[in-house]
Amino acid sequence: MIFTIIIYIILVIGVFFNLLGGIGLLRFPDVYTRLHAGTKCTTFGSIFICGSVTLIGLKMWYTGSTDGSVLAIHSIAALLAILLTNPTGAHAIARAAHRSGIMPVNAVVDDLKTKKSKKGVKKEAKK
Amino acid sequence: MIEFYYEYILVSLFLLLSIFLSLIRLIKGPTAPDRIVGIDTINTIIISGMVVFGAVFQSVIYIDVAIVYALLSFISTLFIAKYIEGGEF
Repeated sequence: MIFTIIIYIILVIGVFFNLLGGIGLLRFPDVYTRLHAGTKCTTFGSIFICGSVTLIGLKMWYTGSTDGSVLAIHSIAALLAILLTNPTGAHAIARAAHRSGIMPVNAVVDDLKTKKSKKGVKKEAKK
Repeated sequence: MIEFYYEYILVSLFLLLSIFLSLIRLIKGPTAPDRIVGIDTINTIIISGMVVFGAVFQSVIYIDVAIVYALLSFISTLFIAKYIEGGEF
């Protein structure tokens, strides 16, 4: 009984953070802040949803079904795939957005821009 | 294990609402990286939905699909980011 309540609480936390990611993606003013909302919140929510499914698999395994252990191990593998790929993709998107010349909304100083222009000048001089 | 059925359908409805919010950003986004952020968010939420479906129907094949979908969406995100960045491959 307590195990079921724990499963439901973890599931509600995961769904809440996924919804928060969607709302933040809609409400924030900028690419970088949208990336912040849309990637971190969904990663955190997916951790909790996969953890809930893992607990369900463990509960099924405890009650005697052999299918439950496979469910638990595969959901842990899906969780590992999300944890490895999602922050890396977010980093690549932020780097690409900055390289393509999009500034934050209220930005005054951009420290990385001078380095990039120097690098571009060097490349053009080499050619 | 029919006791988990209805609650998990409710969970998938909330995930569908979140996908819908991201889809609005995907259609409305002013620049190209906004749309990439929308696609990335939709991919992550779809992976969560696949795992939830695996718990609903008590079958492991949905979670295998989720693992493969995660890796392929990661590759596609990296490729589009490289295209936006405009460097050499």
